[in-house]
Amino acid sequence: MTQKIAVAVDDLTVAYNYKPVLWDIDLSIPEGVLMAIVGPNGAGKSTLIKSILGIIDPIAGSVTIYGKPYSRQRDKVAYVPQKGSVDWDFPTTALDVVMMGTYGSLGWIKRPGAKQKKQALEALEKVGMLAFKGRQISQLSGGQQQRIFLARALVQNAAIYFMDEPFQGVDATTEIAIINILKELRKAGKTVIVVHHDLQTVPEYFDWVTFLNVKHIATGPVKDIFNDDNLTKTYGINYKVAVQQ
Amino acid sequence: MDITQYFTDYTLRTITLGTAVLGAICGMLGSFAVLRKQSLLGDAISHAALPGIAVAFLLTGAKDSNILLIGALVSGLIGTWWIRGIVTKTHLKTDTALGLILSLFFGFGMLLLTYIQKQPNANQAGLDKYLFGQAATLVESDVILMSTVTGISLLVMLLFWKEFKLLLFDKNYAMTLGFNTKFIDGLISFFIVLAIVIGLQTVGVVLMSAMLLAPAAAARQWTNSLSVMVILAAIFGMFSGVIGTAISASQNNLSTGPVIVLVAAVFVIISFVFSPGRGILFKQLRLLKNRRELELQKTLYFMYSIVRKHDDISRPHAIRILNNFQGFTKGTLSQLEQKDWIVIQGTNWSMTPRGFDTAANLYNSNLPEQ
Repeated sequence: MTQKIAVAVDDLTVAYNYKPVLWDIDLSIPEGVLMAIVGPNGAGKSTLIKSILGIIDPIAGSVTIYGKPYSRQRDKVAYVPQKGSVDWDFPTTALDVVMMGTYGSLGWIKRPGAKQKKQALEALEKVGMLAFKGRQISQLSGGQQQRIFLARALVQNAAIYFMDEPFQGVDATTEIAIINILKELRKAGKTVIVVHHDLQTVPEYFDWVTFLNVKHIATGPVKDIFNDDNLTKTYGINYKVAVQQ
Repeated sequence: MDITQYFTDYTLRTITLGTAVLGAICGMLGSFAVLRKQSLLGDAISHAALPGIAVAFLLTGAKDSNILLIGALVSGLIGTWWIRGIVTKTHLKTDTALGLILSLFFGFGMLLLTYIQKQPNANQAGLDKYLFGQAATLVESDVILMSTVTGISLLVMLLFWKEFKLLLFDKNYAMTLGFNTKFIDGLISFFIVLAIVIGLQTVGVVLMSAMLLAPAAAARQWTNSLSVMVILAAIFGMFSGVIGTAISASQNNLSTGPVIVLVAAVFVIISFVFSPGRGILFKQLRLLKNRRELELQKTLYFMYSIVRKHDDISRPHAIRILNNFQGFTKGTLSQLEQKDWIVIQGTNWSMTPRGFDTAANLYNSNLPEQ
């Protein structure tokens, strides 16, 4: 296979207060996959994304994006944090939040202008939220807030997208809308990495999967490795048997 | 005193200008403190500044307010730094760290103040003005200092507006975009400390945090835009200063600091009750209005269920048949007619096409528009 490696994680170890959250992770993610990271609560899924993005300092290990350190590849990466990580009562509008996606390319001090506004409006349209552009963000539903976050990442026009539980607390309509956008991104050759909780939908939504539980268990195409063996190793119970009961 | 004296009296004019500028900068920077959920940081910093004032006096023996304020600035910054250290290095939460530093520094400051008061040179009279503030001691050079600091912080705020907003809303995201969040965070904290320090002489360490929080809390009620909130907070702060000074000067020289803080509190109360979007009063009114609206819709839907059974929707029905229906009154009928949902003819009513459409789509409003 001559596929390029989009993200490479090497010997990554992260700990909060002496307790390891991620232990010696080696992981390489090929370009152009739509990948789910699955694992039980406390498995370090969000931590993995956050340490790849430099939000959390690892104890050891390194991360490269297309062969170079992340700090030199920021323009190639976009991030959708967990919806609950911000205060939605902040005095701002949907359009304004989406505009924040342009701040990285603007750099320090420079203000967003007409070009940035146009980009933000286009992203809002893509996620079906154009009608809500002037809405105060606290007056949006949970699914709408998630779409705003997605639009903010789309504005970054990156090659790799990291998303932390984008389906959490959204209704079926929004879930379908979001997964369609993710599939479109993959079609456009982007790499999409999603922290995901719903094992039932993994085969339907994703083509690549990583099993994680503090240690890295397996990474590969869903059709090859999404099986009982890996699920049991990750969750410690025979998942399919447990579901059938 | 009369009103002309108010505008001609040089001392009073200086004090008014000083408290106005102070109110403006505190409101402006206080908005950031409130949105950063660090409202109590201001309280901790102002208390932490007290030992700095005492130490500066002990070292230099001077009562020059600028030297004392540098002492306040240094110990305020040390306090802030320690609070951050405690939060990042231990399991303790921010409120605990704030409480610890606040009481520790304030206690130490009081200890030094009592020590100074027992010194024989007794040049200390006036140091205790930093406890509750004494606006009357403001002189022109103080006002110039305040205005300069306000000008600089305004400039910095305008330059880094985008960065400030991004950091306040989503710090982690700001990090991934490549912004140095420690620098932005530090910049905001530094200017908050600066605003507090220049206010100590006027309002005092005990009440200073109210100057920071009250205008911002009031402003938040009126707007959903960050820029409008900051401007409004500055205006509220400014008026608190001006009105507070005027009241204290006209009422037998009441202590200015507390009066300013009370005026700011009045702004807060008015905002909490009367602001159109978030105020208690309008929330209640909206609730009542919505309830009436719902009752109206319920009646309309009941009528719709009758009309639906007939081919001709405009066919008249007797008002009598509504009598068994809960919530129906003469008022409801006339309101329905006003909305052009029904037509009343004598003892009969009939539904309009518009009413029919409205009723048919009443409970579909949550679906996406086709």
